[in-house]
Formats: sequence, structure tokens, C-alpha cells
Amino acid sequence: MKRNRVTECNDWFLERFPLTKLWNEHMAHYYAPKNFNFWYFFGSLALLVLVNQILTGIFLTMNYKPDAKLAFDSVEYIMRDVNWGWLIRYMHSTGSSAFFIVVYLHMFRGLLYGSFKHPRELVWIFGMLLFVALMAEAFMGYLLPWGQMSYWGAQVIISLFSAIPVIGDDLSLWLRGDYVVSDATLNRFFAFHVIAVPLALVMLVFLHIVALHEVGSNNPDGIEIKDSKDPWGHPVDGIPFHPYYTVKDLVGVGVFMLFFATVIFYIPEMGGYFLEPANFIPADPMKTPEHIAPVWYFTPFYAILRAIPDKFAGVIGMGGAIVVLFLLPWLDRSPVKSIRYRGGIYKKALMLFVISFIALGYLGTQPATPTATIVARFFTAIYFGFFLLMPLYTRWEKTKPVPKRLTTIHSLEEQLPALIEEITQIKHGSTEIGHSAFKSSFFAIRPNPKGIRNLLSRLAKNAKGSLD
Amino acid sequence: MKNLTALLLLLSLSFGVVASESIELQKANIDLSNNVSLQRGAKHFVTYCLGCHSIKHIRYLRIALDVDVDPKKVLKDIAPEGANIYDQMHSAMNAHDAEKWFGTQPPDLSLIARSRGADWLYSYLKSYYIDSKSPRGVNNLIFEDTAMPNPLWQLQGEQYAEPRKNIWGHEYTNLVIKEPGTLSEGEFEIFVNDLVNFLVYVGEPVQLERQRLGKYVLFFILMFLVLAYLLKKEYWKNIH
Repeated sequence: MKRNRVTECNDWFLERFPLTKLWNEHMAHYYAPKNFNFWYFFGSLALLVLVNQILTGIFLTMNYKPDAKLAFDSVEYIMRDVNWGWLIRYMHSTGSSAFFIVVYLHMFRGLLYGSFKHPRELVWIFGMLLFVALMAEAFMGYLLPWGQMSYWGAQVIISLFSAIPVIGDDLSLWLRGDYVVSDATLNRFFAFHVIAVPLALVMLVFLHIVALHEVGSNNPDGIEIKDSKDPWGHPVDGIPFHPYYTVKDLVGVGVFMLFFATVIFYIPEMGGYFLEPANFIPADPMKTPEHIAPVWYFTPFYAILRAIPDKFAGVIGMGGAIVVLFLLPWLDRSPVKSIRYRGGIYKKALMLFVISFIALGYLGTQPATPTATIVARFFTAIYFGFFLLMPLYTRWEKTKPVPKRLTTIHSLEEQLPALIEEITQIKHGSTEIGHSAFKSSFFAIRPNPKGIRNLLSRLAKNAKGSLD
Repeated sequence: MKNLTALLLLLSLSFGVVASESIELQKANIDLSNNVSLQRGAKHFVTYCLGCHSIKHIRYLRIALDVDVDPKKVLKDIAPEGANIYDQMHSAMNAHDAEKWFGTQPPDLSLIARSRGADWLYSYLKSYYIDSKSPRGVNNLIFEDTAMPNPLWQLQGEQYAEPRKNIWGHEYTNLVIKEPGTLSEGEFEIFVNDLVNFLVYVGEPVQLERQRLGKYVLFFILMFLVLAYLLKKEYWKNIH
């Protein structure tokens, strides 16, 4: 290569900084299993949303005023008078909900394929710490617009700390910096939201990824690709993360952005779930709204809090619902990781867990009528049952033999032509009249009732079979 | 701290009792591309509402640009005497007087359509009735014991509430206009609808612009997605 100033600068830099080594270690020579499916998009998407939140957050901070008298109006100022302020604000508010959607799906992937199990316990612990930090970040950020829901949501949640015996009252006073949520609270929440917690988040993301790259990624088969290596020491079933997964994740990014932009430009309030109607009223310490509900991503835990009759026990229950997730690697005693080779009990238990989580999420948005409370108690029991009974049912269940190498399942796009052929039939000669172009085979395609029936019964059989 | 615990208790209790009977709302016909309706709504607002309610988050110039009226014409036809085109729409009434007259300060209405919804506003403005027991002589079917007197009574006429029973025996209240106002029923509906349309616009002036831009953004992302997919297919063709 011809040497010029640019390559000289380049060499000078690389002699002093291990950029090549870092790049290779984490991208070009990081071998990831080749059979990642849909569920494996959400890690990189979480990173994308984090970057979105930080960038839009920086611009919001330029015009936001953390002052009880000015905060609400400054948000409206951003929405109306700041150039593109509305876009940045909606990207940030939609981003916070998107963050939780992506993270919940990312965690569910862990439950599906046993990604928390040996040797990835620490990856899971860092991930859970990230989740807790994310909840703190979202909770504090929600106070900043200083609307009625911001104010009273914070009031209710902080006063929960006063339920702790002996130190409770002093603790909640210390957290608020005042006897009620006030300017002092707003200022410290602002400080935590824009610098303290984001720093913790970024550091934890770093630890999460370093820990992951040390042990290697899990996969839908839940087997270790490092167990079978080629003569050069690379996993036979592994492919370099870059370029294979960087280009694949780009597709995921595209699909995600399609949904994200649809919400931002057409339904930024998401029917009152992403931006609550009551939060368009400025905070008024003298007027309690008749129905206080947290934003949707906290509602499952809020429903657990309300389901338990005693306040302190409720706080323990709500905290316990998160703590129990940390213990997951040690609660699960199954010898296999992936749901593909687990027995029927875990599959049914996981299904019940998902149903109870969604049901609790719904109940948390609704007023707590006596019936709703009883239903919430029932689902709370299922939620904890899934985790606390796990040491028993995962040991009992009969698992299936695990293959030595990754299995290949044909993707939908590969199966599509065969599927179309099955459910359609070609009818000839029925349309004699008309332009010759209409006689091409495309227009002679008719649905095939027998094929559709076969397909549906096969689907039903597969669905039933996959639960055993 | 004890009273905070009590407050929380009260809150959790109140969940059980807030199930106040919901009255079916009438649908407002919202069309933000209807500039004429928005212009009329703005004028109605200044005439009938701005005396007490500010909409401080919007400026006259913003309205002029968005509803396609010459700024000079806005100052002449819509804005009150002496307003500047860059002014926010403040009310002339001061807070102290308001407190004395109504017991509460009339809220700023910039975001009322986003917190209450268009249908609620539409139904609310149409549901005042004469109530001799109320201190103001009027009451409202949608918002009982509202502190706001009916500013539109001369237009709508005198409306009375009549208890009725439907065929299943459920009781409901029917509103009847006994003394017609200066507008016919149809004209009044259009009047209120224009006003609500304007308030929906004021709630988020950028709405139409956002939807217009959305098409281009989605198209761009779709193009990106196609390229990304082809790139992925190319890279992955040898992976089995």
C-alpha cells in the first residue's frame, strides 16, 4: 500500500491503542451461533433505544427547566416553540415505552431458551441490574413533565417507603427532600435521570456485554457451540458476529423503526398508555386525581402491590416480584436449557406465567374493585408460583435428548413457496373470455379447501404437540 | 408522615368508589384540515372563552400560519383589541378576581382537549341545564356542580333536565330546550363543534404536520429495510 499521511496517522494510533484487538474480540472474531431466530433481535434493539434515549435526552435537556414552577410549561415550549422539539420529545417518550417492550421481550427470550443458566448466570445478573436501573430511570423521568400523573404517581410510590418499619418515615423524607413531592424532589430526580442513572446504565451495558462475550451467546437449541470446534479452533456452528449479525440486526432495526415511527408520527399517545391524558394537566398538590395509575410498564408490579392487603407486605411483594427474577439461575434445576428439549410442565408453567404477567399488567391500569383485587391475587399467586415452585417442577419433568450440534429449522421465507402451493390450486379453462394477459397462471390461482384444512389440522396438532 | 399513609389508604379505597355512572358522550366531528371551521372556532373562543380562560401555549402568529389567515387579518378579526401578533393568548382576567368570583381560577385550556378528549368537551358544552338548586342557577349533566356558568346560554337557549325512563325501566335524564336561543339547534351544534375543533388544534398545533411528515419517514424506512434485507440475504447465502 502506498504510504501517505492518513495511513501514517492510522499506524501511529494503532500502535498505541488496541482498536484492532477490541474490534476482533467483540465483532469480527466473536463467534455467535448461526441459528439465532426472531427473539435474538431484542438485545441489539435495546442498545439502539438506549442510544435514542441518550441523544434525544441531551436535546430535551437544552430546553427543559427542572423547576416546579417552570417544568410543565417548558415541556409545552419544547412541543410548540422549539424547532423539531415535538419530534424529539415524542422520540423520547415513545422510546421509554419501546425500551420496556424490547427489554421484556429480551428477558422472555432468556426464559424461553434458558439463557440465564450455567455458565451465563452473571450475564443474567447484570441484565437484571440493568432492568432495575431502567425502572429507576423511567420512574424518575416520569416526574419531570410535572403533570398530575407525574406528581401523584411519584407521591404514591415514594410514600411506599414509609411502610418500612422504624426507618420508613425518615427514609421517604430523605428521598423526597420535603414532606411532599416538591421542587426539591423534582431537582434531585432530574439529576438522577440525566446523569447518575444513565451512567450506571451505560456501565452495566458494558459489563453485560463483556460477561456475555466471555462465555459466548446461548442459542435456541440451548447447547454450547464451543463444544464442537473445527481444526482452527472456531466453533463449527458459529459465525463471526460481524458481518453476519451486524447485517442481520440491521433488518431488525428497520422493522423496529417502522413500528417506532408509526407510533411517533401517528399515535404518540398510544391511546393514553404511552402519554396519559391526566398528565396534560399541570401538577396540583391540592387536587388528587380520582384514579392514579402508573405507566403501563410498571402496572404488573403495581397490581401485585395492590393485591396484597397489608401495605408493608405489599411493598415486600412488589420488591419480591423483581428479586425473585435475580434468583432464576438457581431456581431452575432442569438439565437442559432450551424450551425445545424441556418437558411439558415448564412449557405450561411459562405459558401461565406470561398470561399472569399480561393480566396483572392490565389489572394495574384498572381501578381496584373487589372483584379485580381477587383476580389480581390469583394471578399474583401464579406469578410467584412460577418461580418458587420451579426447583420442584423442573426436577420432575422429563426432558428430551439434546442434540450435539445445532439443528436447522427452515425459516418462514423458505417454507412460503411450499405453503402457497399447498393451499392453492390452479384452475384452467374457466375464463375463456377476456384479455390474454388474464389467462396467465397467476389469475387462475384458486384457494384449495382440502389443502387449507390439512394445513390447519397440522398446525393444531403441532401446537398441541409442542406443549408436551 | 402518618397522613401520607392515610392518603395512600384513601387513594386505594377511592378506586372502589370512583365508578361514577358514565354518561354516553356525543361524538364531536373533528377535522383539523377544515381551516374555515378552525377560524370560526378561534373567533368563538376569543369572544366567549378568552375572557376567563387563557390558552397561553399558543401565539396568534402560530394560528395565522396554521389556519391560513393573513396575520393582519388575525389581529383585526380574531385577536382582542391591542394584541400583538407574537403574543401568547392570555386572558385579561386576573387570578385574584377569578378566585373571588368563581372560588377557583379558570384553568388554562391549551391542553384541555388532550386531557379531556374532544367528545367530552363537545358533550360538556351542550349539556348545561337550568337548576334552581345550584348557586349559579345552572348545572351540567357531564360535569356535575361545575364551577363554570354557561357562557353559551344566549346562543343555545334555556335547557331543562327531564327525568325519563327507557323501555327497560332504567332512569335517565333528557335535556330539552324550552326557550330557544339566538341559534337554532343545528347552528348551535356547528358552533360548539367549531370551538372544540379549535381546542383540539390548540392542544397540539403540529398534528397535521406530523402526519404529513410521517408518510415520508415511513417510506424512507421501508426503503432502508429493503436494502438491509437484500444485504443480509447476500451475506448469508452461504450459511446453512
